[in-house]
Amino acid sequence: MFAYYLDLALRSLKRSPGLTALMVLAIGFGVAASMTSWSVFRAVSGDPIPWKSASLFVPQIDNWGPNGRNPDGDPPNAMDYADATALMRDHRAKLQSAMYQISPSVVPADAAKHPINVSGEAVYSEFFPMLDVPFQYGSGWSASDDENRAQVVVISDKLNQKLFGGANSVGRNASIEGRQYRVVGVLKDWNPQPRFYDVVNSGGFDSGVKDVFLPFLTAIQANLQNDGNTNCNAVPKEPGFVGLQHSECVWIAYMAELDSASAVTAYRDYLQGYARAQQQAGRFGWAPNNRLRDLRAWLDNQHVVPSDTKVSLLVALGLLLVCLVNTIGLLLAKFLRRSSEIGVRRALGAPRKAIYLQFLTEAGMVGAAGGVLGLLLTCAGVASVGWVMPKDIADLARLDVSLLVLTLLVAVVATMLAGLYPTYRASRVQPAWQLKSN
Amino acid sequence: MNIQIRPVLTALRRHKVGTLLIALQIGLTLAIVCNALFIIHQRLANLSQVSGVDEADVFVVANYWADVNRSTEQVDAQVRADLIALRQLPAVLDATPASGYPLRGGGWDNFVTMTPDQVKPTTDAAVYTGDEHFIDTLGLKLVAGRNFRPDEVMAMGTQQAITPPTAIVSKALAERLFPDGNALGKSFYAMGATPSTIIGIVDPLHRQGVDQWSNSHAGQALIWPLRADDSKGIYYIVRARPGQLADAMREAPKALYAQSRLRIIDPKDGVQDYATIRHKVYDSDRGMVILMGVICAVLLAITAAGIVGLTSFWVGQRRKQIGVRRALGARQRDILAYFLTENFLISATGVALGVVLAFAFNLWTVARFALDRMSLGYVGIGVVVLLLLGQGAVLAPALRASRVPPIEATRSV
Repeated sequence: MFAYYLDLALRSLKRSPGLTALMVLAIGFGVAASMTSWSVFRAVSGDPIPWKSASLFVPQIDNWGPNGRNPDGDPPNAMDYADATALMRDHRAKLQSAMYQISPSVVPADAAKHPINVSGEAVYSEFFPMLDVPFQYGSGWSASDDENRAQVVVISDKLNQKLFGGANSVGRNASIEGRQYRVVGVLKDWNPQPRFYDVVNSGGFDSGVKDVFLPFLTAIQANLQNDGNTNCNAVPKEPGFVGLQHSECVWIAYMAELDSASAVTAYRDYLQGYARAQQQAGRFGWAPNNRLRDLRAWLDNQHVVPSDTKVSLLVALGLLLVCLVNTIGLLLAKFLRRSSEIGVRRALGAPRKAIYLQFLTEAGMVGAAGGVLGLLLTCAGVASVGWVMPKDIADLARLDVSLLVLTLLVAVVATMLAGLYPTYRASRVQPAWQLKSN
Repeated sequence: MNIQIRPVLTALRRHKVGTLLIALQIGLTLAIVCNALFIIHQRLANLSQVSGVDEADVFVVANYWADVNRSTEQVDAQVRADLIALRQLPAVLDATPASGYPLRGGGWDNFVTMTPDQVKPTTDAAVYTGDEHFIDTLGLKLVAGRNFRPDEVMAMGTQQAITPPTAIVSKALAERLFPDGNALGKSFYAMGATPSTIIGIVDPLHRQGVDQWSNSHAGQALIWPLRADDSKGIYYIVRARPGQLADAMREAPKALYAQSRLRIIDPKDGVQDYATIRHKVYDSDRGMVILMGVICAVLLAITAAGIVGLTSFWVGQRRKQIGVRRALGARQRDILAYFLTENFLISATGVALGVVLAFAFNLWTVARFALDRMSLGYVGIGVVVLLLLGQGAVLAPALRASRVPPIEATRSV
């Protein structure tokens, strides 16, 4: 029976090719616009570490007081050196790391090559297990390496290609800012987006790769300046990088892993106690005003998803809605025009259900055709996202099977929904009246 | 032409749902198009913001030092030597050391206060540093006062906080700090214990960033006479002789490497002209303009096509009635007027709905995404566009209807 409906639908659609083309085009464009902006939105709003994001937390400490808070009353979104190192010393979370962005120069062993400037991060040893960073060779360094300010480094796969031709370079030396560091690990391709561990400096999305990871205290000792944002409520009293470390300027990101609700509560209490101690010591002239957000809440709070992406998605969904309203109108006109045909079929014994099936099949066919067109346009759309979105974000939009399936599904389901009312009207056609009037 | 509305309304009552659907479609289209137009206009305004820089001839070299362990004195000596080398190039007019440049996309900014112990800052100013060549190199227009003298320029080491006693400010900052005018000779505090006295005023001078938060401080910038001898690196802003930009951009890195090889100038984007800088910083604005433009075009096309399609159906359906009217003496233009009126009534309903939707959507985005309030003008434009679109779309089917011969009245189907 379904084959018969398909045949009927095909005949009907062929009878008014202009109208059919119009419906297919509208569905195709509407679906493609929505799916293209969805692919971007999905990419930027995704959870970068879904298996762990609920137990990763970002603490904030109010070292600036009431005048330094944002309109929501939040303290600075990064830490100063004193607080970051104090929290690391106290070591109250299961795993934790303070981190700051560096961009040292690396000198290739081959003297003929120029030194290159790379992007990197100074972190503590627990950074790697906490974020499940994947290693190709070797591993991270140890807690004692942190304390002893060991001259060790973890490098990216890309830098390993550049410096060592991609070989297992563990144990070999890399020359960074004029000092020799022993390579202890080489990462696999690892560039999570958004760069959740240091949102403040990356703005969330950064197509560049972090090439070197050095122990935090080693980098401080080697006088490797921070390359990220530095925010100050007052000018540092002493000059230089050391002056920055003694100031209340904030430039350090911090992340802690807390595995249970009780651990979170305990950590909150600890932060409270820490800030109160600072208040009693006379450093803070105000009551504790800490924040402790889990990763998802933190990304949301820092507005990592650009509002342009959200507005685009909304407008595209609006376009799809208009296309569907358009389709309802056209299907209604098309179906009701065939009232006499419906009358004949009903008079010959076709139940309402048969009419429903017939017309929904027809709507579904329009939807499927629109979906196929939508697929092509979505492919073109995703490929040209680079024209309309910043590169760091456009690069993230990907075409995959789930997006293609979703495109087809949205097209067919939406069109069939649009066909429901016209079909209902068609099924209500009175056979006798139709037969009489002709 | 005598247009009768009552028969049109009576006929529309027989197509209630179809009529409502078109009206709804027109309303939604209007709401989206108004908001999209609003976004487009705002972004276009961003794209055409003036930087104050002579953009045709100026480029920026991002110079990183390969050896970070040099003292401020050593870096300063290198910077001075580099600048002499750059200024001697035949294609180069002038050059200046800098810690940032207009439209860089973010950088140094300081709170500005009128007294050293003021708690709430008066405003926030972008901070530029440069020597006595800064104004001429960028091609800024000095509208009052004087330029820096060479003896006023100081060396500033890594993360060193120096407050020079003199500053040149943008006109926007001068007017913000001293609304009564005559800012020359007056002083301000920019997060330091000592004041800076305004010796010159330039206009215009864009900030380094184009972020939304800085809109309320638009064009507010100060220039301090400092050579930013940071051990990490420095920007050299260079102005080529007219028409010799490409030559100068090619020669500059070579001349710098000839001075010393202990530096890194990225071969890919270490040297950027202002066309590139502007292109990069307004990337997302341009993208939104294109995206919203495409969506508007598709939307209007689909709505127009929808009106054509549905009206054609109605015309087909009513051939017999049209024939009867014609047989009873209606002229072709009466039929035409009938369909135009019908469309106008539907469009007007849709547009009324659309105006409400447009403002509702705008208010929601204002609350949710901190966008600006839309002005009435956009809705006005949208209303006119959609009414014209409706009349234009209905014209072809209406003309076809007007050509239905009176003989149709006698045909049974």
